[in-house]
Amino acid sequence: MTLSPGKKREKIDRLSELAARDDERGVSLWQEAFRRLRGNPAAIVGAVILAIFVLVAVVGPFLVPYAATDTIGIREGLIKPGVIPGPTGEHWFGYDHQGRDEFSRMIVGARQTLLVGVVSTLIGLAIGALIGGVSGAAAGLGGRWGRWVDTTLMRFIDMLLAMPSLLLAVSIAALLGASLTTVMIAVGVVSVPVFARLLRGSMISQANSDYVLAATSLGVKKSKIALTHVVPNSLAPVIVQATLTLATAIIEAAALSFLGLGNPDTAVPEWGVMLADAQQYLGIRPSLAIYPAVAIIITALGFTLLGEAMREALDPKLRK
Amino acid sequence: MALLEVEDLAVTFARRGQRAVHAVDGVSFSVDAGEVVGLVGESGCGKSVTSLAIMGLLPKQPGLRVGGKAVFDGTDLLQLDDRSRRDIRGRDIAMIFQDPLSSLNPVIPIGLQVTEVLTRHRGMKGEAAAKEAAALLDRVGIPDPKRRLKEYPHQLSGGMRQRALIAMAVACQPRLLIADEPTTALDVTIQAQILELLKELVRDSGTALLMITHDLGVVAGMCDTVNVLYGGRVVETARRRPLFRQPRHPYTVGLLGSVPRLDAGRGEKLNPIPGSVRDLLPWPDGCAFAPRCARRTDECVGEPPELVHAHDGRSYRCVNPEPVPGMVPAPREEESA
Repeated sequence: MTLSPGKKREKIDRLSELAARDDERGVSLWQEAFRRLRGNPAAIVGAVILAIFVLVAVVGPFLVPYAATDTIGIREGLIKPGVIPGPTGEHWFGYDHQGRDEFSRMIVGARQTLLVGVVSTLIGLAIGALIGGVSGAAAGLGGRWGRWVDTTLMRFIDMLLAMPSLLLAVSIAALLGASLTTVMIAVGVVSVPVFARLLRGSMISQANSDYVLAATSLGVKKSKIALTHVVPNSLAPVIVQATLTLATAIIEAAALSFLGLGNPDTAVPEWGVMLADAQQYLGIRPSLAIYPAVAIIITALGFTLLGEAMREALDPKLRK
Repeated sequence: MALLEVEDLAVTFARRGQRAVHAVDGVSFSVDAGEVVGLVGESGCGKSVTSLAIMGLLPKQPGLRVGGKAVFDGTDLLQLDDRSRRDIRGRDIAMIFQDPLSSLNPVIPIGLQVTEVLTRHRGMKGEAAAKEAAALLDRVGIPDPKRRLKEYPHQLSGGMRQRALIAMAVACQPRLLIADEPTTALDVTIQAQILELLKELVRDSGTALLMITHDLGVVAGMCDTVNVLYGGRVVETARRRPLFRQPRHPYTVGLLGSVPRLDAGRGEKLNPIPGSVRDLLPWPDGCAFAPRCARRTDECVGEPPELVHAHDGRSYRCVNPEPVPGMVPAPREEESA
C-alpha cells in the first residue's frame, strides 16, 4: 500500500504524538502493570466477574424481590415432607427447604460471602506479612542475631504449615466456638504461613540485589533499606497471592459452614451455609446445592483469573 | 600521607570440604588526595572484591576472612564497627557501581533515592533536600532535573541512570570515590561522557578516585597511577605514562598487546594472552602468571616472585621483566626470545 506524501506525514505525526503521550504515561511499576492488565482478556473477564460480585454484594440486598428470611413456601403450604417446589416465574430459583425464595437468598448471601473472603484474607495477609517481613529483613540484612530471629519465626511457620489447612481451621473454629468472627480468624490463620514464606523469600532475594548494595554503600541504615527498598520490591507476589487466597478463603469458609462450624445465625444467608443445608435435600431438589456451588466456583474463578493476570503483569522479567 | 593506604589486603572465601579461594592475596596500593588511581586486570583478578572489602560490603558469610589493612585518613576501615562504617560510607567514601539499572531501586522515583543520602548524612529534609537533589542532578548533567526527580529508573536512559548514581555518590562531597567499572554497561559514546563527568568532578572537588576497570582505554584517559592486578596480587605499579610507554611485567605487556589500536595495520592480528585467568599457579608455588607467560623461565616456578622496586618509582613482580630499550638487557634475554 502506498500513501501519498501528505497522508504519510499525517501518519508520522500521529505516531510521534502517540509516542510522546506514551512517554508521559509510562510511569510507576503499578501503572505499568495496570496498563498491561487492561490488555489481558483473562484479567478483564476476572475483573468483570468480581465487579458483578461486589456490586451484587453491596446493592443486592436492597433490590431483592423477597426477604431472605421470609418463609413464603411454608406459609402458602407448598413445602411438604419430600416436596420442595422448583423454579417458577415468580421464584426464579424456586424455594429452599424452609420455603424461602432461593434467588433472594443467593443475592443476599453474596455480601456475607464477600465479607468472609475479604476479611479472612486481610487477617492472613496482615499477620503473614508481619511475620514474613520481620523474618525476611532479619535474614536478608541482619547479622547473626537476625538469622536467629529468622529461624525462630520460620520454625513457628513450619509448625503451622505442617498441619493440613482444613484441619487447622476446624481446630481453631472448634476452639473459639462457632461464630462469624471465628470463621474469619480460622480461615485467615490458615493462610498466614503462605504469606509469611512468600514475603520472606521475596525479601531475601531482593536483599541480595545491586540496589541494596548501592544503598548500603551510601551509608543508608538497615531499617531504612528494609522499609524503603526491600519491602516495596517484594510486595508484588504477596499481593497476587492475596487475590488467589480470596478464592480459597471463600471455599474454606464454605467448608467450615458445611461442617457446622460456620455462623450459627442462620437467618443471614451465606453460600457455604446454603450449600451445607442443601445436602440433606440432594435427593429431592439437587438444584439447591448447584446454585451456591456454581456461584462459589464462578467467584473463585474471577479472583483466580485476576490474580494470575496480576502475577504476569507484575513480573519484572516480562516488563520491557 | 596518602588518603587511602591499602596494605596486604587479603580476602579468602573458605567453604567446608573445599579448597579456600584467595580472591585477594596481599594487595597493597595507595591513593593520594585528589589523585586518580587505576586498578586494572581481567575478570576474576580480584579488583571488585578489593573494592568491596575496603567498603566493608562483602556479604557476611561464614568462611569469609579479610586480612591486612585499609587505612583511610588514619583509621583502619577493616577494624571499624558497623555503625562507624555506615557513617563513613556515602559521606567520606562513596561508590559507583557497574550496572546503573540494577543499582537503582526500580519502584521508587530517582528523587527519593537521592534525597535519602542527603537525609542520612546531611540531615536535609523536605523542600531543602529536594532542591539540593535537583542541584545535584543538574551538576552531573541531567537536563530538566526537577522533572527527572519524579521519574523512575526505567524511564531514564542508561547514561542518565549512571549520572543519577554518580549524583548520589557525590552528594556529600566524599573524599574518595570508588568507581567499579562505571562504564562497562554503557554505549561507547555514553562511556566517554561519563568518564568526562568523573574527570570533571575529580578536578573540581579534589575528590580522589579509585578507578576499577579492565579497560586500558579508560586507564589511559583518566588515571595518574595504575596498579595492575593478576590472580589477587598487584603485579605492576607505575605512573600512567611510563606504564603505557614501557610496560615491564609480561602481563601488562600482554594486556596492552590485546587492545586493538588505530595505528596498527589492517591485516595485523591482535595478540591475546594465551590461556585464561583460571590457569593460575597458586602464588606460593611461583608466579601465578607463569602458565600463560611468554617470558617464562625456570626461576618463575618454585618461589613467588618478589616485588621489585625500580629506580623510577615503579615496581613490578617479575624475575624476567620486559627489558627497557637502551639499557643493558638482562642476561637471560636470549633464551626466552
